[in-house]
Amino acid sequence: MIEIVYFAWVRERIGLPRERIETKAATVAELVEELRAREERYAAAFADVSALRVALDQELSEFDAALSGVREVAFFPPMTGG
Amino acid sequence: MKISVQEGPFDAGAELDAFSHGRQEVGAVVSFTGIVRDREGGLIAMEIEHYPGMTEKAIGEIAEQARARWNLADLVVIHRFGSLPVGQPIMMVATAALHRRAAFEAAEYLMDYLKSRAPFWKKEVTQSGAHWVEATPEDEDALSRW
Repeated sequence: MIEIVYFAWVRERIGLPRERIETKAATVAELVEELRAREERYAAAFADVSALRVALDQELSEFDAALSGVREVAFFPPMTGG
Repeated sequence: MKISVQEGPFDAGAELDAFSHGRQEVGAVVSFTGIVRDREGGLIAMEIEHYPGMTEKAIGEIAEQARARWNLADLVVIHRFGSLPVGQPIMMVATAALHRRAAFEAAEYLMDYLKSRAPFWKKEVTQSGAHWVEATPEDEDALSRW
């Protein structure tokens, strides 16, 4: 089981802030493919991954990163703090 | 070193006073306060979302980088989240160093990194609807000078 969290417009498009899923994905990119295939709202949120950022266990990461041992994956648009 | 991620307001003047008070080892204190501005008219509030846990961790790492690189005596980062009306302070940074240049540079570094590496997202709620603020290429470019 892996915890997936969504922020900002990714959260709005998918319609939930977090969920736990069972996945066999080995990388973030494979997880994105699985999610995209689920429902239209996921396909909409992940239509353009270049517009997204990913964090693994609360550290910024890359879409080709491996998921082994990861407990929490977060997807969000580029950050706008300050 | 003080790092605060908070929903409630803060008093930038009081924070700066407390930060500067009684220091004898530093020659320079610099502070920056960011305020909710109404760029195009019609802004009702700025809604700021963040990633609890990662936010504190990311700010802590950025702050530690700044402290080490400019040999800061101390620093403050306060960043709010939630719904903030126009004119309210969103965030502040303050740095204390031996010399002015280090204090200014460290404050700018903190600001540049907080803008695009701390997990906050701003949404402008206006009279004609709400929209997410988009990051700009300039935000990312700002990091390249460090």
